[in-house]
Amino acid sequence: MNTDTPLLTMRGVRIDGFADERWTPIVKGVDLTLHRGQVLGLIGESGAGKSTLGLAAMGFARPGCRISGGEILFDGIDLMRASEAEKQALRGVRIAYVAQSAAAAFNPAHTLLEQTIEAPVRHGLMSAAEAADYARTLYAAMDLPDPDTIGDRYPHQVSGGQLQRAMTAMAMCAKPDLIIFDEPTTALDVTTQVNVLAAMRKAIREFGTAAIYITHDLAVVAQMADRIKVLRYGEEVEEAPTETMLAAPKHPYTKSLWAVRAIRKPGETGPDKVLELNGITAAYGTIPVLRDISLAVPRGKTVALVGESGSGKSTTARVITGLLPPVAGEVRFEGAPLPPALRGRSRDQLRRIQMIYQSADTAMNPRHTVHEIIGRPVQFYLGKSGAEVTARVSQLLDMIELDDSFMDRLPGELSGGQKQRICIARALAAEPDVIICDEVTSALDQIVQEGILKLLMKLQRTLGLSYIFITHDIDTVRAIADEVVVMFQGEVVEQGLKEQIFAPPHPAYTELLLSSVPKMETGWLEDRIAAQARTASGG
Amino acid sequence: MHPVLTTVIQRLALGLLTLFLVSLLIFSAVEFLPGDFTQAVLGQSATEETVAAFRRELGLDQPAWARYLDWIGGVVQGDFGTSFSGRAASGVNRSREVVDLVAPRLMNTLFLAGMTALVAVPLALFLGITAALWRNSLYDRAVNAATLSTISMPEFFVAYILILVFGSLVPIFPSLANVTPEMPLGERIWRCILPSATLMLVIVAHMMRMTRAAIINLLASPYIEMARLKGLSARRVILYHALPNAWAPIVNVIAFNLAYLVVGVVVVEVVFVYPGIGQLMVDAVTSRDIPVVQACALIFAGTYITLNLIADILSIVTNPRLLHPR
Repeated sequence: MNTDTPLLTMRGVRIDGFADERWTPIVKGVDLTLHRGQVLGLIGESGAGKSTLGLAAMGFARPGCRISGGEILFDGIDLMRASEAEKQALRGVRIAYVAQSAAAAFNPAHTLLEQTIEAPVRHGLMSAAEAADYARTLYAAMDLPDPDTIGDRYPHQVSGGQLQRAMTAMAMCAKPDLIIFDEPTTALDVTTQVNVLAAMRKAIREFGTAAIYITHDLAVVAQMADRIKVLRYGEEVEEAPTETMLAAPKHPYTKSLWAVRAIRKPGETGPDKVLELNGITAAYGTIPVLRDISLAVPRGKTVALVGESGSGKSTTARVITGLLPPVAGEVRFEGAPLPPALRGRSRDQLRRIQMIYQSADTAMNPRHTVHEIIGRPVQFYLGKSGAEVTARVSQLLDMIELDDSFMDRLPGELSGGQKQRICIARALAAEPDVIICDEVTSALDQIVQEGILKLLMKLQRTLGLSYIFITHDIDTVRAIADEVVVMFQGEVVEQGLKEQIFAPPHPAYTELLLSSVPKMETGWLEDRIAAQARTASGG
Repeated sequence: MHPVLTTVIQRLALGLLTLFLVSLLIFSAVEFLPGDFTQAVLGQSATEETVAAFRRELGLDQPAWARYLDWIGGVVQGDFGTSFSGRAASGVNRSREVVDLVAPRLMNTLFLAGMTALVAVPLALFLGITAALWRNSLYDRAVNAATLSTISMPEFFVAYILILVFGSLVPIFPSLANVTPEMPLGERIWRCILPSATLMLVIVAHMMRMTRAAIINLLASPYIEMARLKGLSARRVILYHALPNAWAPIVNVIAFNLAYLVVGVVVVEVVFVYPGIGQLMVDAVTSRDIPVVQACALIFAGTYITLNLIADILSIVTNPRLLHPR
């Protein structure tokens, strides 16, 4: 096989999307070259055209999109001119795809094995029995538990991390030359992500498969890719070998991709506790979710609750707000106990604890204008009306760095970051003492995240607010927390000042959590796998 | 016990409870009908004593709750009572058991419904799936336009057009479907072709459109995109990946239409003079033959509840999350 000719060549590829009754460009003339066995990382924010470009490498455009120009050559085959049948013969066989959400990309009606062997069997490459054998080998290679029988399960019967690995096995089952990984670990917890990354990397190394790895996380792509290409607004910003890119990114945009990691503040605490939780135990029905949680929020400071999904972070917020009365324990606000249930609390007690949610989209009524959304708590909690409300809304908009022209807009007319700012203003409108921020930046791009976090810090300084900041992102914690509470399976593993928590020695779970966060350096994953192997053999 | 079995048993119990509530509803609805059988038979000129005696004979002098208990007690044992008609004030009693009146009519209705469903359901599924497969093609548009026009015309109108075209202008099929019990099967089917075709035109549209919509609704799912990216054929994508997840809404619409075939076809029966249960009920209402009315209403309710129960159970059984719990 000639190694000089690239496996995949894309030249001047243009892709349009149909929106508002006309075609608008999504990808504006991108070149891309990939050799056999190479891994290329495609990185950029949402809307940069990464996934669209990745799918174009298969000659595929999503409904509502079209590849309008350029050249796509896969191993000498011109995908722009190939017939649908020719492209079908390549897909799943020589080029395979690994989707972002494995839970959604597996058909709920069929078992994992049926779906894994589908491509090679339907394309006539292997018999069903051969393919099943090979699938089991791949399951083992992907470190799935019980590789011989896991294929007989239905997608809903295995965990998210296992599904993601099974999907990689599914992609590899027809022994493709190229795999497109489309944000394969974005939906996973950081501790799960590390194992999935390790398994995927082992598999592509072992089988010499070329890959395009699409992500918005530079640290992740640094572990997987030989070269990195940065995309923005459908255009290439720069491309370089991974080490070069990490050591010396040329373009300021590339530097901004790790903006959140640049924010730093020292952790501080104070003796005046505005909110205290004492021995809280809570349950949904008979299923216990929180066990004997105690924590205190110092006035004017930020307490970060960290842990993976299911660790009880959001449940803690529900207990504090009174949505879920605890089974045992009490919540004290400024020294006095708060009634456990929402219904028992006075309007003033409700006013002083506000919440901001992860998804600003669903947290606002799409039919209300910004004025109505922010004005409502001003009327409800502070009893203002008419011009007073408008004046206050204007003031609040100023605090969140938006101007009065936003008053008459609907949520649908705002960007993701603007929506989250409006949600912050709505919480501020009640003039609270404590704001609970539940994963408020998780759905946002890095640069927007940075803006929101800086805004929250500024508001804390000027208004003396106390935050309970729920997140699974360690970088965000490093950026803005004063105190950190590490949670695992409904219990507090460790709590204290940020610097103490991040400085060794750690309890086992904190250690696992911290060491699972990918670092912005090549070779981190290898070191991490090696360290894990040492602990395993040592223990 | 398997959770699906538990759910099924729960649904069955719920169905029985519904049937009981419906029986109450039927009984009170009939109570509210103005006039009664005695007045209908005896006319205006009857003396009060005759009316009272006749009412006593029929048991109409009992309080409502006693009559309800009497009726429902009989129904539970399979006894629907005796029809009022055939009785006269003179004491002559040529009345028949309700079961004997209703049973042959019910068989006729079920025959027509079964014959229609046997063709209509597979046809609707086929049209729906192929329309989804070749959506936005000329074929899809043609099927859509045709079904939309049949669904928007009232059924009696469709019936008269069919009679006009196939019974009168080009006389191929009989325009009267007056079947008798001793008629051989072939002849029966032959006579039922036009009413059956009328019903088919009405229900195929409904079922076909739901099948198409249910499948197309799923085509935006990530797992369908995944199937396409595996290079599978459009046929495989639709039949193997979309259809198994689309059963729940399709089955529900099929059940609804089958129920209509049993319960809602009185207009078609009248047009074709078909001796079905719908006509029997309308006649019974006119003559205030309360036991027959109640029996028919209960059968209709039972049909609805049973078919919906089956649809519910099928949607549970086709859902892998419920069938294969973690």
